[in-house]
Amino acid sequence: MKLRRTMLYVPGNNPNMVKDAHIYRADSVMFDLEDSVSVHEKDAARFLIFRALKCIDYENTETVVRINSLHSPYGEDDLEAMVRARPDVIRLPKTESPEDIMEADEKLGILEKKLGLPKNEIKLFAAIENARGVVNVSRITEASDRLVGVAFGAEDFVTNLHTTRSREGTELFTARQEILLAGRAAGLHVIDSVFADVNDEAGFRREVELIKGMGFDGKSVINPRQVGIVHEIYTPSIEEINHARRVIRAIEAAEEEGSGVATLNGRMVDKPVVERARRTLELAHVSGLYLDEIQEEAAHA
Amino acid sequence: MPKKAAGRDIPSKIPGFKEIKHFEGAFANTPLVRKQKGSRTLPRLNKIVESLEQAILKSGLRDGMCVSFHHHLRDGDMVLNMVMDVIANLGIKNLTLASSSLTRAHNPLIRHIKNGVVSRLITSGLRDKLAEEVSHGLMETPVLFHTHGGRARMIESGELKVDIAFLGVPSSDVYGNANGYTGPSACGSLGYAMVDAEYAEKVVLITDNLVEYPNTPFSIHQDHVDYIVQVDQIGDPEGISSGALRMTRNPRDILIAEYATHVIEHSGYMEDGFSLQTGSGSISLAVSNFMRDVMLRKGYTASFALGGITGSIVRLHEEGLIKRLLDVQSFDQEAIRSIGENRYHTEIDASYYANPHNKGCATNKINVVILSAMEIDTDFNVNVLTGSDGVIRGASGGHSDTAIGAGISVIVAPLFRGRSATVVDRVNTVITPGETADVLVTDYGVAVNPRRRDIYDRLKTKHLPLYSIEELYQKAEKVTGRPEPVQFEKKIVGVVEYRDGTILDVIHQVKD
Amino acid sequence: MNLIRTGKAGTLESSDVMITVKGHSENRVEIKLKSIVEKRFGRHIRRQIEDILERMEVNSALVDVDDRGALDCVIQARLETALYRAAGIQSLRWEEIQ
Repeated sequence: MKLRRTMLYVPGNNPNMVKDAHIYRADSVMFDLEDSVSVHEKDAARFLIFRALKCIDYENTETVVRINSLHSPYGEDDLEAMVRARPDVIRLPKTESPEDIMEADEKLGILEKKLGLPKNEIKLFAAIENARGVVNVSRITEASDRLVGVAFGAEDFVTNLHTTRSREGTELFTARQEILLAGRAAGLHVIDSVFADVNDEAGFRREVELIKGMGFDGKSVINPRQVGIVHEIYTPSIEEINHARRVIRAIEAAEEEGSGVATLNGRMVDKPVVERARRTLELAHVSGLYLDEIQEEAAHA
Repeated sequence: MPKKAAGRDIPSKIPGFKEIKHFEGAFANTPLVRKQKGSRTLPRLNKIVESLEQAILKSGLRDGMCVSFHHHLRDGDMVLNMVMDVIANLGIKNLTLASSSLTRAHNPLIRHIKNGVVSRLITSGLRDKLAEEVSHGLMETPVLFHTHGGRARMIESGELKVDIAFLGVPSSDVYGNANGYTGPSACGSLGYAMVDAEYAEKVVLITDNLVEYPNTPFSIHQDHVDYIVQVDQIGDPEGISSGALRMTRNPRDILIAEYATHVIEHSGYMEDGFSLQTGSGSISLAVSNFMRDVMLRKGYTASFALGGITGSIVRLHEEGLIKRLLDVQSFDQEAIRSIGENRYHTEIDASYYANPHNKGCATNKINVVILSAMEIDTDFNVNVLTGSDGVIRGASGGHSDTAIGAGISVIVAPLFRGRSATVVDRVNTVITPGETADVLVTDYGVAVNPRRRDIYDRLKTKHLPLYSIEELYQKAEKVTGRPEPVQFEKKIVGVVEYRDGTILDVIHQVKD
Repeated sequence: MNLIRTGKAGTLESSDVMITVKGHSENRVEIKLKSIVEKRFGRHIRRQIEDILERMEVNSALVDVDDRGALDCVIQARLETALYRAAGIQSLRWEEIQ
């Protein structure tokens, strides 16, 4: 199971952050050549990220680069430089239509061929950041085999919508739902927008709980401190793990007796329940929990 | 001849007495009292002398003697320079200067060393230009670097005989009762100065705040003090202490602090009633804050916190989470305020704190200590004195005193700073021997000293990035590249004494 | 590569390096290095800069380097940026860069 609970923004022209962005243990780090880099430093950031990706071992952390729009003066150079540097994923900013994805897909294919790289090696992430993107999202998510995920960018979205972000996030609800549905339908990872107020930990937790409940796979984060909080919320609790174990035991016992359905504490255990339980245990495992130890602790409790 | 000063007949020989000293009148052999009763016009009895020069002359300072100072006024200290300038003007030469430490305030010493006024330094540390000059061969005799506990040991045992102690004090009365937490130059605890006051041959107090007798509660006692000099200012408050230290926003420091807190929580040493010492670095302060969360979550209180006390420790004390504070040095304004206000915020001297050879020092009683490092090598030896270029720029302090005393010593440091690796194959200078450093926590991962298998076993399932220290060393070198070795001259410029008085290392002059 | 103007890249932040390059009045290569890690990495940094200049066929350059502990890849990126800016070249010449 591949995790994309956290995608950490790293300003592309900041060597102190770039040199070891992976130490904060985000599932993905996203080097930004776009909004965090001024127009006078686009070349400098491109060189910096190119060299960093070629030299620095980011270990198991997924590397993502957000390039400038292919319709800007910087996008084409960004794309070629990054294909040569070979990050795991290129994230396209402000995707509005399937053509945006298809254009990038085609250019990537040409570059891969020219450079003798494996076909479709570099994956794509789409970012939906305005109303047009939301309206087209189900076609966007189907536009290329390279797509592995879709991200929501709420800051630009609310500006485009002529509103601002509220505490409850009602203005984002439909967009989040649309993106989530389209992403799920296409089998992609779906990750939520950043939460800008780094010092509002309670507000951040509330928002992560909300988007986890909605079904998002994770969240873009702007501060390393937010990584641990997202992971904590996404990591199954001991109660959830033990419940999942009981579900699995119940269904295994039922299967031995030739039945596909079991009951646990008076509730029916059928296929979707079992699938959720398996997902919980797998998530616990890939989150780095030591399941043997949890069993012990539960036994003592 | 029998004498009859009091009109009594006293024989010259009495069984059991070798020699009879005859009474010569009540005032004859008692200094420092009024010589005439009943005179209301006599000046109030005091030890005040007009000037530093008089104090120096009266104290009998001569060439070749040892003068001592303390560093509680830190970067704001004005006393040492003031005293040394007068001594230099008097033409006195070849002195040994023993200060509990030396800071960037003390660069003017370079001149006195060059002019032969000072020929030897004994200190916990050196910084800034003075340190650079010493590293480049300023002195003929190497500097002796001691620990805080080691200094108390050498003074108490008489290995270091202080002829005259010049002690700046933020408040004193006319008879020499002094404390550190009142007055415009307040610095909090006077823990390092208390040892000098007790053991030096002569004690001169320098104060900018003369208060009504008796100045209770007092840290330095009137019965140890010879002379008092009043001056305009003993220190610059800006340099004496920082304001309230804010929690760091540096994500790297926070990451290290989170790992360190996690290590401590699961180490087996954090339990109800445990004790701790944290430093004043930003990582240490963040650890204090995170440990507060753990204590609240688990319902633990600590029995005491030791050492350099900071505002974040004071906060835990005032919230009832740490019952008692033992304070040898107060790092910030909150700590200075607290030591004056809080009943169980107790001042201790350097011997009580860390002297390895007294009958029991407080560092032996701590469960958890958090320590910094400039360098740490794959044998866990720690350097907090010389930089990666071999130049002196730090202090031994209480590092090795607490590392050996604590149940678990946790070294916190980034894996590399800029391009200089913290984890190296061989430290430039050993201050704390590897056998007393238990766990290294860096931003790249955590390494447990192989001698502490018990701690490793408790941590191995706690979702920490555990590596061997060799692995961390290799990670660092992979990122920074392999540095060229530092080039040194033959000449020895510093000698590092371990807390027990044995010589642990030497520092050579750096080559340019 | 010909340097037709002064090119500057990087900052004086920790882990970064500020590099200024321009053509040399005597048509040679001269490197002025100031580094906080000079004693331990000075020779290495000079060698690295010389190598990059050679590979990019820069024969006349006055290179001013103010290093705040930058890693090799940062020094390389900053030098490349400064050279491109000094040469007034917009599009990337990959045969030189790789």
